Amino acid sequence: MSDRSEVNTKRRNILIATGCAGGVAGVATVVPFVASMMPSERAKALGAPIEVDIAYLAPGEMVRVEWRGQPVWILHRTKEMLADIKADDSKVADPKSERKPDELTPEYARNEYRSRKPEFLVVVGICTHLGCSPTDRLKAEPEPFDPDWKGGFYCPCHGSLFDLAGRVYKNKPAPDNLRVPPYAYLTDTKLLIGEDKKA
Amino acid sequence: MMRKLPGMLAPARLVAALAAAAILAASLVVRAQEAEIRLERAPIDVRDVASLQSGARLFVNYCLNCHSASLMRYNRLRDLDLTDRQIIDNLMFSATKVGEMMNIAMTRKDAAAWFGPAPDLSVIARSRGSDWLWSYLRGFYRDAKSPTGWNNTVFPGVGMPNVLWQLQGQRALKEELEKGGGKEEHVGGAKPPKFETTVPGTLSPPEFDAQVRDLVAFMTWMADPNQVLRKQVGVWVLFFLAVLVALTYALYKEYWKDVH
Amino acid sequence: MAATEKLPVTGAGPFNSVLTWIDQRFPLVSMWKEHLAEYYAPKNFNFWYYFGSLALLVLVIQIVTGIFLTMNYKPDASLAFASVEFIMREVPWGWLIRYMHSTGASAFFICVYLHMFRGLLYGSYRKPRELLWIFGMFIFLCLMAEAFFGYLLPWGQMSYWGAQVIVNLFAAIPFIGPDLAIWIRGDYVISDATLNRFFAFHVIAIPLVLLGLVVVHLLALHEVGSNNPDGIEIKKNKDPKTGIPLDGIPFHPFYTVKDIFGVAVFLLVFAVIVFFAPEVGGYFLEYNNFIPADPLKTPPHIAPVWYFTPFYSILRANTINFFWVDAKVWGVIAMGISVMAFFLLPWLDRSPARSIRYRGPIFKGALAVFVVCFLILGYLGTLGVTEGRTLLAQVCTIVYFLFFILMPWYTAIDKCKPEPERVTK
Repeated sequence: MSDRSEVNTKRRNILIATGCAGGVAGVATVVPFVASMMPSERAKALGAPIEVDIAYLAPGEMVRVEWRGQPVWILHRTKEMLADIKADDSKVADPKSERKPDELTPEYARNEYRSRKPEFLVVVGICTHLGCSPTDRLKAEPEPFDPDWKGGFYCPCHGSLFDLAGRVYKNKPAPDNLRVPPYAYLTDTKLLIGEDKKA
Repeated sequence: MMRKLPGMLAPARLVAALAAAAILAASLVVRAQEAEIRLERAPIDVRDVASLQSGARLFVNYCLNCHSASLMRYNRLRDLDLTDRQIIDNLMFSATKVGEMMNIAMTRKDAAAWFGPAPDLSVIARSRGSDWLWSYLRGFYRDAKSPTGWNNTVFPGVGMPNVLWQLQGQRALKEELEKGGGKEEHVGGAKPPKFETTVPGTLSPPEFDAQVRDLVAFMTWMADPNQVLRKQVGVWVLFFLAVLVALTYALYKEYWKDVH
Repeated sequence: MAATEKLPVTGAGPFNSVLTWIDQRFPLVSMWKEHLAEYYAPKNFNFWYYFGSLALLVLVIQIVTGIFLTMNYKPDASLAFASVEFIMREVPWGWLIRYMHSTGASAFFICVYLHMFRGLLYGSYRKPRELLWIFGMFIFLCLMAEAFFGYLLPWGQMSYWGAQVIVNLFAAIPFIGPDLAIWIRGDYVISDATLNRFFAFHVIAIPLVLLGLVVVHLLALHEVGSNNPDGIEIKKNKDPKTGIPLDGIPFHPFYTVKDIFGVAVFLLVFAVIVFFAPEVGGYFLEYNNFIPADPLKTPPHIAPVWYFTPFYSILRANTINFFWVDAKVWGVIAMGISVMAFFLLPWLDRSPARSIRYRGPIFKGALAVFVVCFLILGYLGTLGVTEGRTLLAQVCTIVYFLFFILMPWYTAIDKCKPEPERVTK
């Protein structure tokens, strides 16, 4: 019989080597399966950025487009609307959009109008409370939920209110301002929603 | 006294030898009655990106008018070292976004009405084979008796005209197709069919063959776009598994050396 | 109660205290001992003994790859074909998962056929292992059904027409046949209804049954102990002090370590196929199945997948109308019997010796001829029909059945050699 301690060492070493190799094999096998659950090419294609023509969008008008299954609002704001936004600063919970800036407000939207160009607001039309899509109440006229309404968006599900820069009002169920998606101007009259940099 | 047995594989070896002999014999009997259409080996290389790019251009220009490749996405062409811009500018005629599928230029209904249903070509290289496509695309000849004016030595009576006729030119078949036994037709038998050029095309025969080679290479790649990556990964996997075989063998021997 | 009085697992440390906690509530340690560390298997297992554990490995591979395929496959006649190509092209690593599943299906049959052949070689079906063999035969039947249902799912030309032909076999049954076929299909032809129910069978029903059968198969094996290439019972020679068979070695670690080596070699061969030749010349992935199913056009050569071809040959070889029964019906009956005959082996075999090593020349010759016929029938099944081939298939079919029918006679008169007391190499 061979020396007991010598046998054990050799056996242990081969066991360790084989165990490690087996471990590597295990990880290498798991990787493709886990990766296969990532978005497929079709999902990526459907989630691709979309181009929107805003040449015919008149001041005061809003258009809704779909990007990644979500409604995106593009609102052509009038001068009065822009002035009203300033006036709303005291009514909104986060006037400077300081909460969760990486999620909700990209760099180019960290200004008082939350957009690249003041005339056009681009936001994802999903209430930051529980995901309903708010209705637009763009006219500055008294409303049942606010006699001093200057225009904005009202969510029918639980009553959250957003101003014309997509900022959420104080003391409402929704915690955050509406999300500004990545977008860019391809030309003065064409927006690319879904991508910050131009194609 | 225990006689030494001939080894654990003795019955298996006997069976294997008999089986091999029997199958060889059977196959000789069986093969004798087979008749095949003569196919030439397609001289393609799916790793040649330049060839695939040329083939993509030919495919989009000549094939997508009547056929679709509805399982193939335009942006997959990025694998051929093409940028989105190049794809959109040069290869997309009936689509707007690079993420779309290669669908047919005309509607299915119109295509069926004008030419008969043209099959989708996404995986045709896997069902027909590259050799078939290579031989088929080079097998057209003028035939006054057919509805399209064209016939094909690989697919007699085909409803597709010779879309590459401007490149290849027109030719007539020199030898009559032999009809054998009434059961199966031999196409040219053991000899390749002979043609006679009636109207030369814009390309010489070697140039035309090069174009068809690129087109067939592209279709072969399109039918299985992962084939090059698959083999590359496979080399690493085999290398690793060889190491694993060696290690597990060492472990097995180590434990079993004391078993008698 | 007895559970809380169980002795703690020896050794200190947190691992052992967790083990003790579990063991007081679940027979973990006793199961480990009974089935692994203290299950004594004969020490002379050879090459033919790898295929049981390999079949189990392939079952796991099929289930795991199958689950991930189901995440993207669409069991709808208008979407199925495209969804498989979607997996191949657009799901990250989808092509690998698909090829593993298609190769695994054929690998399953290779392992199972070789595993069954081991049974024929060494008499593993003989008393007291008849029930083990029967469970195994049920596993084989379920496997064939699983493969048949799964093959429709890609919805290619072979899928469609193969299913059409096989379901029509059931229509050949007298009286109830046509209605039975409609009930199976859920429609007058193979259609979306058929696809959906075959999907349910393939993904849930049969895998559950298979898992249950594998469990009882292993339990039945451990109840009587494993056979071995010499065909003798190792339990007949036990160490008087410990009660352990003298020719037995604990399954763990000896056969766990040997089977792991077997797994490594298997994976090497498996990887060669998956990465370099997944179609295997059209035998593992048939060329015609890359054409979407067309109910109006039958491909010129319909052949089942290679693993069904021997039985398909027997079906086709029946061309004569006997008595008042159609040849078609005789074909179905013959094909059925050709599979079911294996169930009877434990009772047909009358040889005093269990293993081929100690049997006489008649059985060796009979088995060799049987295997050759099986292989020829298999090969013929991949080809189209001609007169010469049909004759050859008929001859092989007769020999195939004679192997079973005459077995009680030729195994009884065969001159066997004396079996040894203890196992040999």
